Amino acid sequence: MKHARVAYDGAIHDATEHHGRLRLADGRLVDFDAVTWLPPLAPVPWPRTVLALGLNYADHAKELAFKAPEEPLVFIKGEASLIGHRAHTVRPAGVDYMHYECELAVVIGKRAKHVKRADAYDYIAGYTVANDYAIRDYLENWYRPNLRVKNRDTCTPLGPWLVDTADVPNPMALALSTTVNGKVTQSGHTRDMIFDVPYLIEHFSSYMTLNPGDLILTGTPDGIVDCQPGDVIVTEIEGIGALVNTIRTP
Amino acid sequence: MNNTPVLAAGTVYGVLLNSKDEWATWAAQMNEPPYKAAPKAPVLYVKTANTWSACGAAIGVPVRAPEVEIGASLAMVIGEPAQQVNASTALQHVAGYVLVNDVSLPHASYYRPPVKYKNLDGFLGIGPRFASPAAVGDPNRLRLEVRVDGRLQHTVDLAQMRRSAAQLIADVSEFMTLRHGDVLLLGLGAQRPQARVGQRIEISAIGMPALGTLTNTLVEDAALSDAGPPQGAKAPSGGSAAHEVASVGAL
Repeated sequence: MKHARVAYDGAIHDATEHHGRLRLADGRLVDFDAVTWLPPLAPVPWPRTVLALGLNYADHAKELAFKAPEEPLVFIKGEASLIGHRAHTVRPAGVDYMHYECELAVVIGKRAKHVKRADAYDYIAGYTVANDYAIRDYLENWYRPNLRVKNRDTCTPLGPWLVDTADVPNPMALALSTTVNGKVTQSGHTRDMIFDVPYLIEHFSSYMTLNPGDLILTGTPDGIVDCQPGDVIVTEIEGIGALVNTIRTP
Repeated sequence: MNNTPVLAAGTVYGVLLNSKDEWATWAAQMNEPPYKAAPKAPVLYVKTANTWSACGAAIGVPVRAPEVEIGASLAMVIGEPAQQVNASTALQHVAGYVLVNDVSLPHASYYRPPVKYKNLDGFLGIGPRFASPAAVGDPNRLRLEVRVDGRLQHTVDLAQMRRSAAQLIADVSEFMTLRHGDVLLLGLGAQRPQARVGQRIEISAIGMPALGTLTNTLVEDAALSDAGPPQGAKAPSGGSAAHEVASVGAL
């Protein structure tokens, strides 16, 4: 099943996909364009951990002139940078290079500590699409990628759907693509991840407890280009969804 | 504004290289690879919810780590959200202050994010008391003391921060909103003391009983039952007087 979280008619609703429309928890059927889409995540009573991978596709590492890492290159984002499907992301004034990153996002389903790779899928609630924007002008070599690049308001679109694990038999066999104003600029495949999803769950849970609702953004393949205000960016993952975002000025 | 209750637990952000002595320790390397330049923006990291430990709690140290680094700091808990605020008004966005023990595995490189060094379960002691802005006054006049098994090992002079509390909030809020309940640590001193399993760590602020004394004991990781998340997190409500921070989930 595909789950969404939307604002509609003055309230926030959980919803599911129903023949091209949204069925709200109260039974009402509404059109996709009648709602405001929020990140498809249930609220959690503590701040959500958002782990994000850098250089997790060999081709992207090469594109950025890095050799592939020997262990996951991970950084942490704050929950406040998340926004929903069909929202706007700010390009700061005066920057030269802002790019999208289409990423498979893993949503944790139950507390994970010392999980073995063979059991990893039992700890996943589902998957969604993340667009992990970066503003490269702000890169500095201290705890890189630094938060000024990666933790900006509006810069992590997420959605539209949270797709149940049961409906994604093999998350390591999904095509990813990005279009900018309808033109394909990025295409890749989750099989090309350097560290796959079960490995990541085993690795992170070996030293930190992952809680329900926590996210792992699994990195992006090559094909990044600069985005300008007005550009419509669609990051899509086969079977998961197509996440639409538009760049705006501050 | 200053007595806005802290209703929600938020994200905890720490800052590297904010103290003048820590900066001086690193200055000679800053222009060398891989850094190639001194940092311009505040160098931030996140202490995720799995790291939170209440005052009095045992903090698990992995068997592979002979010693951990003790990072005493002052946490600023945000009340009114701060987005692109000026330093002149930034402290109006602070609902209150709490002591923290920002534990790390020692790491020699600051090039990549420190997740595997700083985000181990239990690696942020918090508490015991939430002190109001009125009780604390200027946070940069505080001096923090770290005692290991009762012996004074480290003093952190918050007056020696490159960015003051107000300037730090301003410079961080320039690129990301600090939300209600979010927490920003003011920075760490240089030559942070190291401690090992069995030792008792106490952090306090000189002349500021409103913050209390944060106490944590280091234990072998295997000795801990699986540390839980901050279940049923209850945030402190900022008030006119300092009061106890009830639980791990208090921030």
